[in-house]
Amino acid sequence: MTDKNSPVLRVDNLESYYGPIMAIRGVSLEVREGQIVTVLGANGAGKTTLLKTISGVMDPEKGTVVLENEQIQGEEPDRIVNRGMVHVPEGREIFPLLTVAENIAMGAYTRSDQQDINRDTEMVYSYFPILKERMSQAAGTLSGGQQQMLAIGRGLMASPRIMLLDEPSLGLSPLLTEEIFAIIRRLNEEQKVTMMLVEQNAAVALGVADYGYVMELGRIVMADDAATLAASKDVQEFYLGISQDENQRGQRRWKQRKTWR
Amino acid sequence: MPGAELGGKRLDFVQLIVSGLANGCVYGLIALGFVMIYKATEAVNFAQGDFMMLGAFFCLGFTNADFMGLNFWLAVPLAMIFMGILGYVFDWGVLRHMSGQSQTSIVILTIAVGFILRFVAGTVWSHEPVSLETPFAGVNLDFGGVVLGVNELLIIVVTIILTVALFVFFSRTKLGIAMQAASQNQLAAYYMGVPVKRIQSLVWALSGVVAAVAGILFASKGAIDPSSGLLGIKAFAAAAIGGFGSLPGALVGGLIIGLIEPLAARFAPDGFAGVARIAPYAILIIVLIFRPGGLFSQTQKKKV
Repeated sequence: MTDKNSPVLRVDNLESYYGPIMAIRGVSLEVREGQIVTVLGANGAGKTTLLKTISGVMDPEKGTVVLENEQIQGEEPDRIVNRGMVHVPEGREIFPLLTVAENIAMGAYTRSDQQDINRDTEMVYSYFPILKERMSQAAGTLSGGQQQMLAIGRGLMASPRIMLLDEPSLGLSPLLTEEIFAIIRRLNEEQKVTMMLVEQNAAVALGVADYGYVMELGRIVMADDAATLAASKDVQEFYLGISQDENQRGQRRWKQRKTWR
Repeated sequence: MPGAELGGKRLDFVQLIVSGLANGCVYGLIALGFVMIYKATEAVNFAQGDFMMLGAFFCLGFTNADFMGLNFWLAVPLAMIFMGILGYVFDWGVLRHMSGQSQTSIVILTIAVGFILRFVAGTVWSHEPVSLETPFAGVNLDFGGVVLGVNELLIIVVTIILTVALFVFFSRTKLGIAMQAASQNQLAAYYMGVPVKRIQSLVWALSGVVAAVAGILFASKGAIDPSSGLLGIKAFAAAAIGGFGSLPGALVGGLIIGLIEPLAARFAPDGFAGVARIAPYAILIIVLIFRPGGLFSQTQKKKV
């Protein structure tokens, strides 16, 4: 299990429908122990659907999801959380009328080892001291950034083998985004949390990730080390917004074709 | 002597208030059932009043000499357990298969269930009013001239105890907090591994238990018949006054309606005795005009 090279999560040929629309068209990917793997893509590329299908909130049409050598596709989310995969959803989705402390306690719903839960609660508060300050406040009164911290902290309370993070930068200022991603990196380095990170903000995501996938229209179109991706011409052009050739007219972009098309 | 007459009026007034509060407690408990289910499943259970009626009949069936003749104090928990199981099974066996259907069809289903329960209760027990045989029926206490029925005092005491117990349950226990969590953000509860469907069934079970208590309390005050459940409509008004989403609001709404009825009857001018019947709904309309969210509205706007 502790083999550095064994994938914690392996997805093979996953297909999933969002209503009548085929949102995931045969996705395969791997997340290895201790890695941060990012999936980049524009709006509507299918990133969120992919995470939902992996975490069991949606059922796949075809394909397999293997968590630590066991197939989990189509299982109920509570079973999957129990197996060690937690999903921090897009848009934070906290419990607005519960206190911060109660929100965090709910993250450990599937656990009953009270001593370990207390230890993890302290760990979460040490990463997010603001949450400790606000612990008896209703979570709905927190700011957007604090709510995102709460969502991540609540996810950590499940003591996950792997954490799925959906757009942690959504609706946050660049400064807050940087702060959150710094904590994400520290959690990965210090707590050895393996993460799969879905982002539109390619620059910050590639900054923390070890490996990356680029998703378009429900397919994986590129996969490489994060550094290689960040250096690739296409990713720079279409996801990092770095214009390649400052040409004479400055309007060649509409003509340029992506290499994978 | 004018003084004695004044004193007599005051005593009369105290009795009026106590009996109003006792009625209000019953309305409040039924309203509590409405609100619990509404918060957990976003459906309105229009059979809640009939659940109350059925709970009373279960207890009556266990304890009355005409039926099983068990000890009253054994019949009460039995009725509560049976109603809890009924609530759970109803959600698990029927409503869970309707997930994804519109709220309207679920509401209509609960109305239909109400009719069925009325028919079943009438067939099994009685279509005519029957009284529940309690150890304290007709026992009165005399507080220096104020004569109060033990049953009315017991209703108030039991309601207070049940309210405190529910408060502790919802705010201190893991299951109670999970119920709150699942009602505030069902999706997030899913993500955290809370078994939302089972939690919803348990909320139905809990509201069945509360309905049983309400029914037993109601029946201890007088007779019960299969159409007693129609007083659920008044409880629905109570829940709406309280803000349909707030548990304390439901109880307060119940108490307001319980008190307004006897007071309106007492102080209505001659020839306007009917005022007592419409008073609860008049209050409902006034509250909804001036505070559309109810007295204890608990709305939360989502931050983006």
